[in-house]
Amino acid sequence: MNEINEFLRNLLFLPKQASEYARSIDHLHFFVFVSSMIGAWTVVATTLVFIVRYRRRRALQTTEHVDPKPIQEAVFVGVPLALFLAFFAIGYPQYVTLQTPPKDASDVYVMAKKWMWKFAYPGGPNSTDVLRVPVGRPIRLLLTSRDVIHSFFVPALRLKQDVLPGRYTQTWFQASEPGRYPIFCAEYCGLGHSAMLGELVVMPAGEFDSWMEQQRRTNHAAAQDEQPIASEDVDFRGNLLEQGRRVAVVQGCFKCHSVDGSQHVGPTWLDLYNRKVKLEDGRSVVADEAYLTRSMMEPNAEIVAGYKPVMPTFQGKLSAPEAAAIVEFIKSLRTDAATPEPQKGPIYVPVSGK
Amino acid sequence: MTYNSPNYLNAEKGLRSWFLTLDHKRIAVMYLVLVVAAFALGGFFAMLIRLELLTPGPTIMDAMTYNRMFTLHGVIMIFLFMIPAIPSIFGNFLLPLMLGAEDVAFPRINLFTVYLYLIGAAIAVWGMIQGGTFYTPYSTTTVTTVAPVLLGAFILGMGSVLTGLNFIVTIHTLRAPGLTWMRLPLFVWAMYATSVIQVLATPVLGMTLLLVAVEKAFGFGIFDPARGGDPILFQHLFWFYSHPAVYIMVLPAMAVVSEVVQAFARKNIFGYKAVAFSSLGIAFVGFFVWGHHLFTSGQSTFASGIFGVLSMFVGIFTAIKVFNWTATLYKGAIHVAAPFVYFLGFLYFLMFGGLTGIALSTVSLDVHWQDTYFVVAHFHFIMVGATIMAFLAGLHYWWPKMFGRMYSERWALAAAVLVILGFNATFIPQFLLGNMGMPRRYYSYPEQFWSLNVASTAGASLLAFGFLIVLAYLVVSLVNGRVAGPNPWGSRGYEWNTPSPPSVLNFPETPTITRSAHDYQDALEGEVTHAH
Repeated sequence: MNEINEFLRNLLFLPKQASEYARSIDHLHFFVFVSSMIGAWTVVATTLVFIVRYRRRRALQTTEHVDPKPIQEAVFVGVPLALFLAFFAIGYPQYVTLQTPPKDASDVYVMAKKWMWKFAYPGGPNSTDVLRVPVGRPIRLLLTSRDVIHSFFVPALRLKQDVLPGRYTQTWFQASEPGRYPIFCAEYCGLGHSAMLGELVVMPAGEFDSWMEQQRRTNHAAAQDEQPIASEDVDFRGNLLEQGRRVAVVQGCFKCHSVDGSQHVGPTWLDLYNRKVKLEDGRSVVADEAYLTRSMMEPNAEIVAGYKPVMPTFQGKLSAPEAAAIVEFIKSLRTDAATPEPQKGPIYVPVSGK
Repeated sequence: MTYNSPNYLNAEKGLRSWFLTLDHKRIAVMYLVLVVAAFALGGFFAMLIRLELLTPGPTIMDAMTYNRMFTLHGVIMIFLFMIPAIPSIFGNFLLPLMLGAEDVAFPRINLFTVYLYLIGAAIAVWGMIQGGTFYTPYSTTTVTTVAPVLLGAFILGMGSVLTGLNFIVTIHTLRAPGLTWMRLPLFVWAMYATSVIQVLATPVLGMTLLLVAVEKAFGFGIFDPARGGDPILFQHLFWFYSHPAVYIMVLPAMAVVSEVVQAFARKNIFGYKAVAFSSLGIAFVGFFVWGHHLFTSGQSTFASGIFGVLSMFVGIFTAIKVFNWTATLYKGAIHVAAPFVYFLGFLYFLMFGGLTGIALSTVSLDVHWQDTYFVVAHFHFIMVGATIMAFLAGLHYWWPKMFGRMYSERWALAAAVLVILGFNATFIPQFLLGNMGMPRRYYSYPEQFWSLNVASTAGASLLAFGFLIVLAYLVVSLVNGRVAGPNPWGSRGYEWNTPSPPSVLNFPETPTITRSAHDYQDALEGEVTHAH
């Protein structure tokens, strides 16, 4: 069985199968290929036999009138229909499996933008273009795009999922073979489309766990877009500033904006408030509350000089108080200000039901 | 019947008599010139693409130029060649002759479409050289201008609607006495189905293009997510037109080969009704399969299943035709001439290409192949493999009808073999590249894809060389080809009942139809052929 699998896989130039799912897809592929070839070559052979057997013998030869019997047309419909429905009966459940991630899958956030892949592990490290996963564990990918439509494609997993701006899509896999496999972008996304390459690294589970542990230790301080952790999950009604930071985390602002003055995809937030900002079109504006809010709602209307118009709008995603909280948070980020001491709890005790 | 008017080519002299002609035959010849020129241009861009892909890195152009090349190749081949080719050339020339009519129903509109074609083509090509593309949100965020391409496509679509409408009215109202629906040549049936799709589907293209233009010009959020629009909505609208459009391109091919197979097997079609109604079946089901382009877009799993099954019904209707064409050869009297070789090329490419389509509509397999070279190879098997083979079959079969001259049969056979081999060498490697996982629209590629790309480029060169030979001997035949006589193939298609080339007035008096087309049961008095 394995020899047949390898023979057909090589015959059809298919890449190595990195998961059980990929193997099952290939097996359907082989079935479709072999049965289609048998059917098609039978028709080819029939035409060739007819061409020889019924070649023209006289210039104006007459031929007898042949009309089909109903049973013949029924065969013409029935045979391909049965075959096609058999393909579908195998293929559709596979597709349903692919669309239904198991409950125990670990999540990885995938963010596509021109022209790179960013992978983020909840509470763990970020990486660019390299996706590390453990062998033998289900991984769910939650994908979104910063700009245009991309498509996440791993040939070795027989897996592809479009990545849309302003929307999350999901897919999942469980790699069974450790190794390094290419990731391609499969949806045309501009000039760098064919250079938007990534790599899937499937690691033995133990190796992956120690890598993750090490990443967490060394990168924890720098991890900018960690998910809110339990201790932060308290009522912030009394603290607009802290709420702004939390909303910014949830909305993923820190994927592009730093708070420590370092350059990233977007301008840093440090010392941004009340600064005079030069725009791409030559104008300059003062980054006041109105400008900061406009930048969230219509990000491409006033692009800061030197940056790309890649920020999606947050119109409809942020409520007015949330936007205000983010502005408040940005205002607090000043090199000359003392670090504001976050309050340890609400300034009043919420009325509970008891 | 005595034909005492001069033939349509000699009836009037001068360029003006061509540019202002209302004669469907002359309009067909004008389309032939325009469409072949568009094909040459689209083919030129295809060769540039293949040359660029000869090496993994940059070869002869930069990424921006490459983007323009594949947009130009695609738009020119689809809108300026595939969609108009068979209906506007053979449909225009043959429909009135097959129906026993003096002309199409609206000759002035017919001429008008030629000018729409010219204007639309000029605007679209100019717009693409400026560097536009349709695909949102890509189209709405790129700085390059989209508006001219949209406008050009819109005007071309308008011409397509008018041609479809003209044909529908012609078929309904201008049939000669005795020409019942069940005696209509199969060419007419498939042309009818094509026209229905053109009239119903093309307006959706117009609407979509207008929406993109409105978004672009006034900043309404329709498709662009940064403005609250939905890019997937665009894909749905785009494919709601573009998938039926595939059948606008392939049904006319089926129309042509249904005639060719009967003429060269000297045999009535096996299963007339099955072949005729399966065209209508394809036209109908073709409207409900667009979602098979969106299996990986995140659309609902259930919807993908429905679209997958419906797509297979297109395959069933196509299979009916393939089996019936094959069965037509049974007990025939087969003459293997160039049009018949192209018929075989068509039949085999349609079958293998169609089966890859079935494989693609098997939902789970599509996930791997979506947007890879497998899809590129699949639709080139149908578009180039099937439709161009049928176009060439029709061109060779009706060449003596249109121009009264025979081409060199020896050169024609040699070129047919070259074209078919070159085609296989170009696109079989692309299936394998798709299996390997090479995405389409790649300007550069990793080295593992190199050798198959070299094979594909070599095949494309062979294919281009074959097309040039065809062009050469056909042009030569116009000057010194043997005079063909009225019916060199001994065909019993209705269109051969007139002189070749036809006289300027198709029929001195309205003919009465007394037998089905391609009925070869009895010897006819006075039937002659010069082909043997």
